[in-house]
Amino acid sequence: MSIKTVDTAGKEQAVVSNDDVVLEVEDLVVHYVLKKSVVEAVNGVSFKLKKRRAIGLVGETGAGKTTTALAIMNLVPDPPGVIKNGKITVCGKDMLSMKPHQLEKIRGKDISMIFQDPMTSLNPVMTVGEQIAESVRLHEHVGKHEAMKRAVEMLELVGIPGERAGDYPHQFSGGMKQRVVIAVALACNPSVLIADEPTTALDVTIQAQVLSMMNDLKEKCDTALVMITHDLGVVAKMCDEVAVLYAGRIVEYGTLEDVFNRTMHPYTEGLFNSLPKINNRHAPLKPIPGLMPDPTRLPPGCAFADRCRYATDACRANIPELRRVSDTHSVACSRYEEPGFSIEGWRHG
Amino acid sequence: MSSKVTAQQAVSRQYEKENRALAVWKRLRTNPGAVIGLIILIIMVLLMIYSFLFISYEEIYTIDSKNRFSPPSSEHIFGTDEMGRDLAKRIIYGSRYSLAVAFGAVAIGVIIGTFLGSIAGYFGGWVDNLIMRISDIMSSIPGILLGMVIVTILGPNLLNLLIAVGVTNIAGFIRMARASVLTTKSNEYVESARAIGMSEFRIIFTQVLPNSLSPLIVTATARMATSILAAAGLSFLGFGIAAPKPEWGALISGSRNFINYAPHLCTYPGLFIMLMAFACALLGDGLRDALDPKLKK
Amino acid sequence: MDKLMEVRDLKKYFKTPRGTVHAVDGVSFTIERGKTLGVVGESGCGKSTLGRCILRLIEPTEGEVLFEGTDICSAKRRELKKLRKDMQIIFQDPYSSINPRRTVLELIAEPIKFNNIIPNATETDIENRVLELMKIVGIDERLINAYPHELDGGRRQRIGIARALSLQPKFIVCDEPVSALDVSIQAQILNLLRELQHEMGLTYMFITHDLSVVNYFADDIMVMYLGQVVEKAPSEVLFENPMHPYTQALLSAILIPEVGANPHHIKLRGEVTSPIDPPDECRFAKRCNYVTEGCRKGTPPLLEVSPGHFVACHCIKPGGINTLKETVVEESEEICPCPPIE
Repeated sequence: MSIKTVDTAGKEQAVVSNDDVVLEVEDLVVHYVLKKSVVEAVNGVSFKLKKRRAIGLVGETGAGKTTTALAIMNLVPDPPGVIKNGKITVCGKDMLSMKPHQLEKIRGKDISMIFQDPMTSLNPVMTVGEQIAESVRLHEHVGKHEAMKRAVEMLELVGIPGERAGDYPHQFSGGMKQRVVIAVALACNPSVLIADEPTTALDVTIQAQVLSMMNDLKEKCDTALVMITHDLGVVAKMCDEVAVLYAGRIVEYGTLEDVFNRTMHPYTEGLFNSLPKINNRHAPLKPIPGLMPDPTRLPPGCAFADRCRYATDACRANIPELRRVSDTHSVACSRYEEPGFSIEGWRHG
Repeated sequence: MSSKVTAQQAVSRQYEKENRALAVWKRLRTNPGAVIGLIILIIMVLLMIYSFLFISYEEIYTIDSKNRFSPPSSEHIFGTDEMGRDLAKRIIYGSRYSLAVAFGAVAIGVIIGTFLGSIAGYFGGWVDNLIMRISDIMSSIPGILLGMVIVTILGPNLLNLLIAVGVTNIAGFIRMARASVLTTKSNEYVESARAIGMSEFRIIFTQVLPNSLSPLIVTATARMATSILAAAGLSFLGFGIAAPKPEWGALISGSRNFINYAPHLCTYPGLFIMLMAFACALLGDGLRDALDPKLKK
Repeated sequence: MDKLMEVRDLKKYFKTPRGTVHAVDGVSFTIERGKTLGVVGESGCGKSTLGRCILRLIEPTEGEVLFEGTDICSAKRRELKKLRKDMQIIFQDPYSSINPRRTVLELIAEPIKFNNIIPNATETDIENRVLELMKIVGIDERLINAYPHELDGGRRQRIGIARALSLQPKFIVCDEPVSALDVSIQAQILNLLRELQHEMGLTYMFITHDLSVVNYFADDIMVMYLGQVVEKAPSEVLFENPMHPYTQALLSAILIPEVGANPHHIKLRGEVTSPIDPPDECRFAKRCNYVTEGCRKGTPPLLEVSPGHFVACHCIKPGGINTLKETVVEESEEICPCPPIE
């Protein structure tokens, strides 16, 4: 099957059997229960990811992106985090009903995660080679020597000369460290890789290098990618599908082209309008007014209503459901119940 | 315009401004440990006031040879000591020394140590080197020895004991303040203050120090306990408060020979020292949280 | 041509045990009144150090900073205090740039009181001024007694802006003012800064690593690499005709949020090299795809290749004569094992 042409993706989804789905999240609800309040971080997120595809979870601070990722790994800190509801299936295995020792086998092997800050993700007293080899030996019955050989291979794969396997993390620069982190994550050839803002801490030119490399690796290693980011540019470069999160819910979900070219949700539109256009420097920025609602006191209706210029009283009363508008595209906005409603849309620079 | 001004005048009062002391108290109140610590300390202070008003010098020092080593009873709730004096009264009377040492010696350490430490941390360079080497020298001399030297030079009385213990506290506070200031001064609001033209000393005392206090408060409370013990040690060696005065540490060391025969003589003063240390630690921990507006929620 | 700020051959060296860090190494530029100069570069290129040297928040090693003709570097303390009213800074991190133990009122009143901006002011006068400033930067007046931890990043950044404005400055250094903020808030702050510029005739130096933001915001853009200016031009010119190989690579690395808009970027070898005791050669030579023998001979001067467009490259001569030729370099060549100094 072809994964490169996005146009055919819609048809594929109907045809392809569920065997190809490596990650499925169903109606995930995660709350953080604090002494005096409950932070409703994730409030019913569902998506599916197929082999070798990349999905971008986009949203601002507090949208619930990272919590979703941690829930997929079953790593939500408890207390205060509580997974209230939901089902998470990774390669056919139910992550949430598993015992700790079973989870340890899956993490790193079937599913791995890389974090934003490469500076703190590596152990400073172990050489990078040892760290990769350790990850291999945890999941595969191989000897020390064999594991080290794999480590050197992995380093070469992420573009670091194999000789440097004996170096310590502090001898690498930021971009190099993030490559090492990626090598550790991919060492056991996981089916799913979750990347939480992997390039936010890096410089522009290094970001471009690391992203290109991740794209290549995704193809080479047959890995599905969950890309968590606030940067729509990164999504455009890396992802096949996009889920836009706001206040713990997916407000728009579809292929890259659906969300970017046929934007439907007012929040997505607002995000695009907030970005300076590189080809038209005189285009005024149209920021979204106001702030994200307090996650301990979410409004009864659509969480975006107070900032939305299309909002009606009905929007403030009921939480909109994610409705399908095409085979691949869904949007959570009550206004689309009215025939003929459309947002203004945003224009490319 | 004038009507606008009058309309605006009270704006900051319209929106209730939190009284800071009240806010700290409100936050402190929610911390059960801190409340317990505070209650114990208040009781100690009340006992001290009581001793000033109702316990006479004679009661404490008059020897009653018939009642030596009597165990706790309804008449003498903590029993009596080797000279038949009421232990409860002695302990209560002695609270003035212990409280004075606890607060006085720590105050000396905090004030001098924080001042020097924050200057060292903030300016760095040779100032830092100089202050830190002095502090190294001070901490390389055992505290009790340093205390003895100071008392020998100044003569044994309460004030000099206080100074002696206080001086041994300084080095620790220098280190603490320096470390704390080092982390605080990297914040951008320090630069922001410089950008509005503040002088460096003003920055230290209005911007950096208030934000570096939390670890100092905790150390200060921990130091209160050790100061009481240090004072007791000095008293025992004859470098502190003279023997018949019922300083708590002196009470313990004076009765250690009878520990098998009359254990209550060591137990009760020890219990009081422990309670005092415990109360200080609890209160300090609670205060640190209550003083930090970031932890308000 | 009304020069508000002129910087001549500014240098800032830091001595470290490993050698001397050339954080800012011979930077010269002018900013005209009412304009915005954007300074871009990657971390460790010296852009933040430059911004702080200009305000003399850190002492420059060498060079002149002329603000309306007065040399800031040689100003005495009292003169400096006066000058600082005219020159302010807005910081990157809204979480560490305001004192957490002050209320909004105290934070904004602090610079007013300290510099005696309103002579013989009563508390009410100051409070009125604070309210006025809060209105200008868009903070609701009900928050006047709030503490910073009760506010979000955007509002904290607005407090920072109000503090800077309270002294009625002519010039503001904006050090990555939006990079710690969410996209929608980022746009709010950028628009606010722009409005303020129009209303008060402010002059900005806008330091950022985000090229799309600087393109939107700045009139002129200066690209820095390892403490030196490699290219400076009006924004349109720079984006249409970037001449320095580093600028070209930077621009190609921008990720545009459009489907299929990010084909291939120019790959640079390695990462930013060490700013410690750099050799006397083009600092970019080690990563440049067009490197020649000539590049190793001395630091290239910043030449005006067309009016207003300055480039520092051995292969580019005035008149836009461009002798760049791609040289094939082995991809795996390892360049820099050491991270740049913070």
